[in-house]
Amino acid sequence: MSRFSKSIVAAALLALTASAFAFDTFKLGRQATPAELAAWDIDVRPDFKGLPKGSGNVQQGNDLFEEKCASCHGSFGESNEVFTPLIGGTTHEDIKNGRVGGFVKGDIPQRTTFTKVATISTIFDYIQRAMPWTAPKSLKPDEVYAILAYFLNLAEIVPADFVLSDKNIAEVQKMMPNRNGMTTNHGMWPGAPAARGGIGNGGKPDVKNVACMKDCKKEVRIGSVLPNYARTAHGNLEDQNRSFGPVRGVRTVDGDAAVARAPAQSAELTLANASGCMACHGLSSKIVGPGLNEVQARYKDQADAADRLAAKVKAGGQGAWGSIPMPPNGHVKDEDIKTLVKWILSGAK
Amino acid sequence: MVDLSKKPGHLRRAPENFLSEEQVKAVGAGRRDFLRKSFLAAGAAMAAPLVARADAAGDPDILNLPPWTTSLGLPVATNPYGQPSKYESQLLRRESPGLTRVGGASVSFCPLQGLFGIITPSGLHFERHHQGWHDVDPSKHRLMINGSDPAFLKQPKVYTMDQLMRLPPVSRIHFIECGANTGLEWGNVAVPTVQYTHGMLSCSEFTGVPLKTLLEDCGVDYKKARYVLAEGADGSSMTRTIPMEMVENGEVIVAYGMNGEMLRPENGYPLRLVVPGVQGVSWVKWLRRIEVGDMPYATKDEAVHYIDLMPDGMHRQYTSIQECKSVITSPSGGQQLLETGFYNVTGVAWSGRGKITRVDVSFDGGINWKTARLEGPIQNKALTRFNIDWVWDGKPAILQSRAIDETGYVQPSYGQLRAVRGTKSIYHNNAIQSWKVVESGEVSNVQVL
Repeated sequence: MSRFSKSIVAAALLALTASAFAFDTFKLGRQATPAELAAWDIDVRPDFKGLPKGSGNVQQGNDLFEEKCASCHGSFGESNEVFTPLIGGTTHEDIKNGRVGGFVKGDIPQRTTFTKVATISTIFDYIQRAMPWTAPKSLKPDEVYAILAYFLNLAEIVPADFVLSDKNIAEVQKMMPNRNGMTTNHGMWPGAPAARGGIGNGGKPDVKNVACMKDCKKEVRIGSVLPNYARTAHGNLEDQNRSFGPVRGVRTVDGDAAVARAPAQSAELTLANASGCMACHGLSSKIVGPGLNEVQARYKDQADAADRLAAKVKAGGQGAWGSIPMPPNGHVKDEDIKTLVKWILSGAK
Repeated sequence: MVDLSKKPGHLRRAPENFLSEEQVKAVGAGRRDFLRKSFLAAGAAMAAPLVARADAAGDPDILNLPPWTTSLGLPVATNPYGQPSKYESQLLRRESPGLTRVGGASVSFCPLQGLFGIITPSGLHFERHHQGWHDVDPSKHRLMINGSDPAFLKQPKVYTMDQLMRLPPVSRIHFIECGANTGLEWGNVAVPTVQYTHGMLSCSEFTGVPLKTLLEDCGVDYKKARYVLAEGADGSSMTRTIPMEMVENGEVIVAYGMNGEMLRPENGYPLRLVVPGVQGVSWVKWLRRIEVGDMPYATKDEAVHYIDLMPDGMHRQYTSIQECKSVITSPSGGQQLLETGFYNVTGVAWSGRGKITRVDVSFDGGINWKTARLEGPIQNKALTRFNIDWVWDGKPAILQSRAIDETGYVQPSYGQLRAVRGTKSIYHNNAIQSWKVVESGEVSNVQVL
């Protein structure tokens, strides 16, 4: 390497390392106002920094939960229908020890939120920022406290007359059933290790292999093969590979059946997907909202059904199918709504 | 038996060699309708099905000039935004049936089985949304930078897209992999193809401003603020903790560009965080806020999800690095070899700890290994394509790949990984993948311990 190119490399390295900018170098961006910070800085940390003042009791939480949460989570937070269960799988013993026995013994049937989470701050933060599913950030702090109080009572961590507030939430955190169930002693944190005020062991891997090249073992032990039902559970694999090139996809749906299912979905279903309908509605079964075939069954004999449904799709509604509101759909064109409603009333497929 | 009608360009005498024994018999018996049927079944992809008779004169696809050779084509800008060929309708992002109940909190997998090189076409980039996706109006999008304590910054600031895109940018190629990629396979084989085993993986060139530039523009106090919280503008307002060390070394990018254009809405348009080598959940999409702080945040996705259950019942928290991993993408599960002979075996390797230095491939289930060719340039925390020659003799084989990164870490076997982490961890499965080839040429997913 010539001296010239060496000096270029050195200059480039210098440029890379000396990229520290001073405060407001670019005169771009402006100071955030206190109101702006209050509007967006909503996170709540494990030390409860950021926690809003407020309180709520178990009964209020029960009522709110039934109204806003139960259709997805089940009346007691135990449902596995839409999301994994919130409550269940913890005992009084766990609350005492701070370790969930089902994990220690390895026989836990289902991981619920309360079996895992060590910090109640996490749940407060998450409900406040992301729930309810279709109307995130609509709950007031007192409502979040109330719903949390209800959870804590369902998990038998607090009594039925408990009032949760910013004053006592730190005490409650000390009773969380899996509070001692977390470890950061691993090599997968990309920052400073615990020894230098950070997390983990500084990136030391826990699993070790060596790159043997020849006669590495006597025999090949197969631990598991693809079960037959799983071979076809993802549709026709032939359709998921190119029809030319070095290989083909395996035909997992037989002969004529594969041809028959070629027009995989109707134009209306494509439209329903694109319009966001299928995020909450199944064709035949309820997800968050009712199944589209259930809607058909209810409205099929009503003369004005098409117009009424179209209006509901456009403006949104609540109450006909439970308390989870259907949001307004102003983004969907009127003619598309008409097409979709017609499709729903003719037994959407 | 492979349907020969799906192998265009092969010259065979008809009907003896062109048809199977049963088909020859059927022709002898005067039944020819099945021929037409089998060509129809070969798929709409072949606009002009092969003529039933190929003879010694040559390939009819050569002898009979096709319409595209004998007519005028379409003018420029017929498609102002170009689209893939109509013959490329098979390689799509797909969901794994039954994996999730709600499309807004779900995953679509990238079709790795048919991709080349290392760059994922933006339209095929895998998706993971926590509360649905939006097409965010860039003129209304803001990035706020603040401190958990006012003392951690000289000034909390707000930037518009106009301002962010005036700052000195970088462009870098990095892989992004979901922490739960291959998570379905911890206990046993569960899904048939590489799309579903490894398809929560993509690689793009990202363009944006190093977060370091922005934090310094706000006058960050690196001594006090050792953690960063990133927050999205979507309904879930996803949050994750990132170590300040990764920001200080210039790796973390506030990105607006992906593969030469703006990010796609599903990937966070107009702004997402790029955290090289770290699992996808930390690459917060629709990024609206960065908070600097003095402790990790234990957010929902680092205290309820994205925690790794160990055999002793403890959950590992803040596991972020995607360790060295590789997979053969072709031939792979759910594919079919058409005949014996030469094949190029190809796949991708990557490491969250740096560059890939070597990939070895085994054809006998891990008894013997050969070193594959790496396609360069090999980049830091990016997919690396490998290729290796293989002549299939028609006998059963088990194909595996094993990657090594610049730290010397060797991708482990299922046996080695499970011995330490058990089978219930969900996240961070980087075990060696095995594809079994049987005499018929069908390739399927198996696990070798």
